[in-house]
Amino acid sequence: MTLAPVERLKPVKRSEPGEKAPPPDDANLLYTGADWDYDTIKRCHDAIQEIALGELGLDVYPNQIEVITSEQMLDAYASIGMPLLYRHWSFGKHFARDEAMYRRGMRGLAYEIVINSSPCISYIMEENSITMQALVIAHAAFGHNHFFKNNYLFQQWTDAEGILGYLDFAKAYIARCEERYGQQLVERTLDAAHALMNQGIHRYPRRRLDLQSEARREQERQEMQRQLYNDLWRTVPTKKGQKAPSDEERRRALLDLPEENILYFLEKKAPRLANWQREVLRIVRHVAQYFSPQRQTKVMNEGCATYTHYRIMTRLHETGRISDGAYMEFLHSHTAVVFQPAFDDPRYSGINPYALGFAMMQDIERIATNPTEEDRAWFPGYAGSGDAMAALRDAWANYRDESFILQYLSPHLMRKMRMFHLHDNSDENVYRVAAIHDERGYRRVRQQLAAQYDFSSLDPDIQITDVDLAGDRRLILEHKVQNGVLLAEEDAKSVLQHVANLWGYDVLLFENDDAGNTLRKLTVPARTILLAE
Amino acid sequence: MSSMIIVDRRSNPKGKSLANRQRFIRRAKEQILRAVNGASSNRRIKDVESGADISIPTGGISEPTFHRSGQGGIRDHVVPGNKEFMEGDTIAKPPSGQSGGRGTDGSPDGGGEDEFRFVLTREEFMDLFMEDLELPDLAKRKLKAADAVLWQRAGYSSSGSPTNLNLVRTMRNSLSRRIALKRPKSDEMLALEAEIAELEAQPGKDPDRLMELRGLLERQVMRAKRIPYIDPIDVRYNRFTPIPKPAAQAVMFCLMDVSGSMTEHMKDLAKRFFMLLYLFLTRRYKQVEVVFIRHTHEAEEVDEDTFFHSTETGGTMVSTALEEMKRIIKERYPVADWNIYGAQASDGDNTTSDGGRTAALLEHDLLPACQYYAYVEVGSDPDAMPAGFATHARETDLWRTYKQVTGTETPFVMKKVRHRREIYPVFRELFARDGAKQSEEATP
Repeated sequence: MTLAPVERLKPVKRSEPGEKAPPPDDANLLYTGADWDYDTIKRCHDAIQEIALGELGLDVYPNQIEVITSEQMLDAYASIGMPLLYRHWSFGKHFARDEAMYRRGMRGLAYEIVINSSPCISYIMEENSITMQALVIAHAAFGHNHFFKNNYLFQQWTDAEGILGYLDFAKAYIARCEERYGQQLVERTLDAAHALMNQGIHRYPRRRLDLQSEARREQERQEMQRQLYNDLWRTVPTKKGQKAPSDEERRRALLDLPEENILYFLEKKAPRLANWQREVLRIVRHVAQYFSPQRQTKVMNEGCATYTHYRIMTRLHETGRISDGAYMEFLHSHTAVVFQPAFDDPRYSGINPYALGFAMMQDIERIATNPTEEDRAWFPGYAGSGDAMAALRDAWANYRDESFILQYLSPHLMRKMRMFHLHDNSDENVYRVAAIHDERGYRRVRQQLAAQYDFSSLDPDIQITDVDLAGDRRLILEHKVQNGVLLAEEDAKSVLQHVANLWGYDVLLFENDDAGNTLRKLTVPARTILLAE
Repeated sequence: MSSMIIVDRRSNPKGKSLANRQRFIRRAKEQILRAVNGASSNRRIKDVESGADISIPTGGISEPTFHRSGQGGIRDHVVPGNKEFMEGDTIAKPPSGQSGGRGTDGSPDGGGEDEFRFVLTREEFMDLFMEDLELPDLAKRKLKAADAVLWQRAGYSSSGSPTNLNLVRTMRNSLSRRIALKRPKSDEMLALEAEIAELEAQPGKDPDRLMELRGLLERQVMRAKRIPYIDPIDVRYNRFTPIPKPAAQAVMFCLMDVSGSMTEHMKDLAKRFFMLLYLFLTRRYKQVEVVFIRHTHEAEEVDEDTFFHSTETGGTMVSTALEEMKRIIKERYPVADWNIYGAQASDGDNTTSDGGRTAALLEHDLLPACQYYAYVEVGSDPDAMPAGFATHARETDLWRTYKQVTGTETPFVMKKVRHRREIYPVFRELFARDGAKQSEEATP
């Protein structure tokens, strides 16, 4: 299962708990030394809250800070950061891998995990110094928290009040299914659902999600079915001369095709699934939907949180609430987090969302307060408005990564990061530099970078297009191939096998290019391993 | 202003992901078992018992998703850190395969993990190792063990049957109670009585004192009556608690031919076989004793070091070892109390005239007493032999002798082992659950 991990602040390099600052006499300091206790955390939180709500004008869910051990942090990692997720072997696998890597020292632990819920739960690790705890509180409990509460995607697609209760329901429901139908069958159903998680997301809003009522709705559906059941229907003779709808248009309309939410389609239409299996698909779909905004706002979310912690910690230092030593420790961690190696650096592994996000937020602040002529020309809307936070809050509320970059990436920042656009055609034996950070290239680089964060580049465009109802009930899918990049075949076949198992009949996938030419065809026969006896 | 809550979760129960971990291990069992199998053929047995860093292929535990292939097509990347390029420049691709500086963030192109590495705890490792191994007749023995109970002393109790009365404990309690409650001691009372008697003997002398003494004595007598010498609360009984009788005790006889024809390689094979058997027995039984019997043309019981390391010269008479085993069973390990396992390793040599006697001993004396008797015929390393010799199918003397014994309904198994990687599969087969044919055993 690939999911965007829950937001975590993670160092490129692990920093040592800070050098102890010499105990100053200044009573203004929130703390001295590196140790923490509840009182200092409380004091820090209150001081941070004052800045966050007052000076920065953030709007957050109530905070709940939970202190955990490093082992518990590993635990939380394993189940994609959700404390209450149902049981599945894949989480055990992730735990085993993370633990092995952590034990070997190949990977440090994230400083924190934060959950988009109300109250907003932030986990902090007991072994961190108080400066790190303050940083984490500023970053997660205010930065991410504000973003979760205000960004339109989160508002549209997640239900912060309901998520914990819903996960509770999901966990209990799946445990009950395991008892009733056997672990193996439930596990297979979950496997199949997980494989399709990224294809289980509604992209266009239908209705406000209300996770709290999900448990009730499930019961209602069952009750409805029970009431409607009448054995007599079985005996009603079919009308003579009635034909199966052979007309493709009619059939597709009947089945609401094409459908890009494969899990949704299977949940509603797969003929051979048991009711509980539909509910399991639904649970996985809801979890995927809950995480989908995080995948689409990685840069912004981290940018927002990083900018927030930077502003707050700096203000704390300016007002003499933290010592120079503590501030140095903070800067050490901060710079490690926002480090962006160049493309030819061996450490380079793509654009660091923390670095890009933080740089863009700082850039917006600069443009709002101290714009150049160029900035005024490019961003007439807010350049020189003087109120950086207003501009930032507006951006945080109304954009996702793709639109945010398209709207806000400035020539100044492209020059600063020295961005350029590489064009890679597999038929040629060279890369072409298509655009660089110059007058001719700004717009193209920006557009290209934004496209990198679009849906279409996150996930391939796969839709269910048709069902062969008159024939062998084969399910037909289509992958709209972009730029000639096909699906990875092995994995695609495995996922198709899952689709076929859920659907109950064979599955056929066409990979078509823009012109409608089929580049490849994959067929998978159904196995009946998901059918309960 | 909103208020903040701090919750300390550190004391929450650990291992929240344990259930997931068990599911994962069950899921990956096939691969893990193979890895464990590989590990046991490469390492010393002692190391095997202590957890393991396991690396398994991602095959059965992959989590597939629809994603784009890493090859082909047209890709566009925006990357940072331009130093020299101008628009329209070209950069030569690295000679083969993937591009070095691709800009997309870690797309799951599958190439990353071929092997999945993680750590198995000792318990998990051993459980997997023992997986579906079940010693014959074990269930039966277990059932028997359930009614056999040993009574073991377990402190004292305040109730019990008179036969279990613990006098010392009772009297100690009584004494301390009497001291605490100041019960008049008998010699004190005797002294008083004596003094009274003395005063009474001389009437008129100090009548006040006499009155006082009489009163004192009376009070003392009353007190002694109220405070009994032994009170029911003093009484203590020996307490016994039932302990399931360790019918789960086993003795393992290691028999080995140490005559000159046994090479170091063969002894090493034998040693591994014994160690593995021992390992299994320690898992199955609370107490496992090991008896080492080595033999040439005569047999003797020795300690482990001597058994494996000292060399001996002489002929080969297998029956002497069996005779020795029979004697030891009779002397020290009554069949009613012990599960007896025999494990014999030999290169197959035996004096021809000894065949009949050996077979008879095994069939009539040893097998009826044994839970299981395994004979492993160790051979030379096939890798080290010229190709022509590799298939010497000639049956050895001992093999032929023992073959008469198999086939009947006996707990007897014989196997040929020539390389240490063959030990584990052989072992599995020896102890595999009844009826469960291990079809996946694919040993070359």
